[in-house]
Amino acid sequence: MSAAGPSPSSSPSLAAAEGAALGPRRSPAWYAWRRFLAHRLALPALLTLVALALASICALLAERALGFSAADIDLLARAAPPSAKHPLGTDELGRDLLLRLLYGGRVSLGVGLAAALCAASIGTALGLLAGYYGGRLDAFLMRLADSVIALPLLPLLIVLAALDPTKLGLPEEVARSEAASLYRIVALIALVGWTTTARLVRGATLSLKAREFVRAAEALGASGPRIMVRHILPNAISPVIVATTLSVGNVILLESVLSFLGLGIQPPMPSWGNMLTGAQETIWSAPMLAVWPGLMIFVTVIAFNLLGDGLQDALDPRGDVKM
Amino acid sequence: MIAFLVRRLGESLVVLFAMSFAVYGLIGLMPGDPIDLMISADPNLTPADAERLKAIHGLDRPLVERYWSWLTAALTGDFGYSRGFAKPVMEVLLPRLGNTLVLMGAAFIFAFCIALPAGVAAARRPFGVTDSAISLFAFAGISLPPFWLAILLIILFAVTLGWLPAGGMGGGGALDTLQHLVLPVMTLTFASIGGQIRYVRSAMREALRQDFVRTARAKGLSETRVVYGHALRNAMIPVVTIMALDFGTLFGGALITETMFGWLGMGKTIYDAIMGNDYNLALVGLLLATVTVLLANLLADLAYGWLDPRIRLS
Repeated sequence: MSAAGPSPSSSPSLAAAEGAALGPRRSPAWYAWRRFLAHRLALPALLTLVALALASICALLAERALGFSAADIDLLARAAPPSAKHPLGTDELGRDLLLRLLYGGRVSLGVGLAAALCAASIGTALGLLAGYYGGRLDAFLMRLADSVIALPLLPLLIVLAALDPTKLGLPEEVARSEAASLYRIVALIALVGWTTTARLVRGATLSLKAREFVRAAEALGASGPRIMVRHILPNAISPVIVATTLSVGNVILLESVLSFLGLGIQPPMPSWGNMLTGAQETIWSAPMLAVWPGLMIFVTVIAFNLLGDGLQDALDPRGDVKM
Repeated sequence: MIAFLVRRLGESLVVLFAMSFAVYGLIGLMPGDPIDLMISADPNLTPADAERLKAIHGLDRPLVERYWSWLTAALTGDFGYSRGFAKPVMEVLLPRLGNTLVLMGAAFIFAFCIALPAGVAAARRPFGVTDSAISLFAFAGISLPPFWLAILLIILFAVTLGWLPAGGMGGGGALDTLQHLVLPVMTLTFASIGGQIRYVRSAMREALRQDFVRTARAKGLSETRVVYGHALRNAMIPVVTIMALDFGTLFGGALITETMFGWLGMGKTIYDAIMGNDYNLALVGLLLATVTVLLANLLADLAYGWLDPRIRLS
């Protein structure tokens, strides 16, 4: 509109004209939100994830409404087609597929978020230490990260997942408990997943520690840990958030692969990965059993990837976004 | 250049050495050692016999000592026997390494031949309709669980249409083998294509922003020559490198694909060996896979220096 031509009354105050040209004052968060919306697919992805999470949380309510539980076996109705009682049909043991998908979602989403957060925390801590203290520590940690990245991870994870936890000194009752496979997979993924974040944070720390505000804090006598946590971390957090969001999708994929191969979440606890193991055996008689859990994984992972991409536009603009 | 090569080879050897020790130690933590298996197979075996057997096989010695005798034997080319196949492990592994390389090579070539033009087309008009469609496809590619894709392909082509075998290696000549290769190669191609498109697209966008591209346009070169002759050649440098670095991921994809389709490659062999308590086979297989991946990384570094004369390897 302002390009339509000079306004006839060209004598308003300079301040007002500047105000009109600059537009109202907006916070950085407002611009970030605008860039997030401009991604077009990021918001739908976020809403999808919220809906999936809510549905998984409400699995108990769904059990109440349907009047039976996800673990109830009905051997007379194995691999049954969808019906009024079982909206998506039943699996190879006659358990309700919809309920198991919801419970599997709790496991897959929970493991994905927990493992991604653990990996990001380890990576952030190591990256800060490597970048801030430099020297031998930095060289060692970065060589270690290079080596972990260079290894064929999936077979290595399979070996680690097949270990006998009692031989590691864990007491029998802990190792055999139901939640053991949950903790194990989170720990495994955190163990190999920290490298990306560590490199990102190290790079950011290297450039931030030469800046005036960090030098000033050092001159005022702030300790190393305080500088890292209070001054460097808040300025390096945006790329970490983006990378962590993007990694959740990968973590869910990894969890589903390991569970599918029988090395992740152990049945009878359902996860989208191990539900496919059973479905693979009935592929000729009941192919739809193999479609639903995979579709859930696919939708969740693509939503996390699109959300991460949108967050990258929003938080980490490199002059690379459309406006 | 020579110094660089020597240093990188040295680093790779250190990683390999650390890896072999770690895996050797981890294998000992797996459920069921060889003597346990003998006990479960023969109820007449007394605990005293078991102790004696452990002493004969050296299982009562400390880990470092056992590792050292394994390593010295391995360095002379003796990698031991596979329990499940009753053959030297290398005799089992080498043909299967060949099968894996066939699968990975075919998938890589197909993926690359599709990803290159797709990534270039997406980068030419960023955020246009073409780019949006291609980028969404790439996102779908990286988000699709490969084992689920394999199941879907089996449902479509083997169960419903009956056109292709659902798995196995085939044994009736070249055509039969090719038929058995179609679905695994499709799976692995699709599993790697999304990442490749994204690499090509972002490298091309970077290259198209450079001054030499503006110069080429100002000279009046055709857009095709600017894009393919000038920008793409420079974009290929990071793309080739990152793809070689991705070799480990591709190997993971191959493991899943081989397991799904019963293709007798390295990945399936390692997986079966771990699940079937054939630990020596798993150990050597894992190390062989590591050597392959480390070699690919080394090649990536060398290719980087060769493709980009501005970079001096030192």
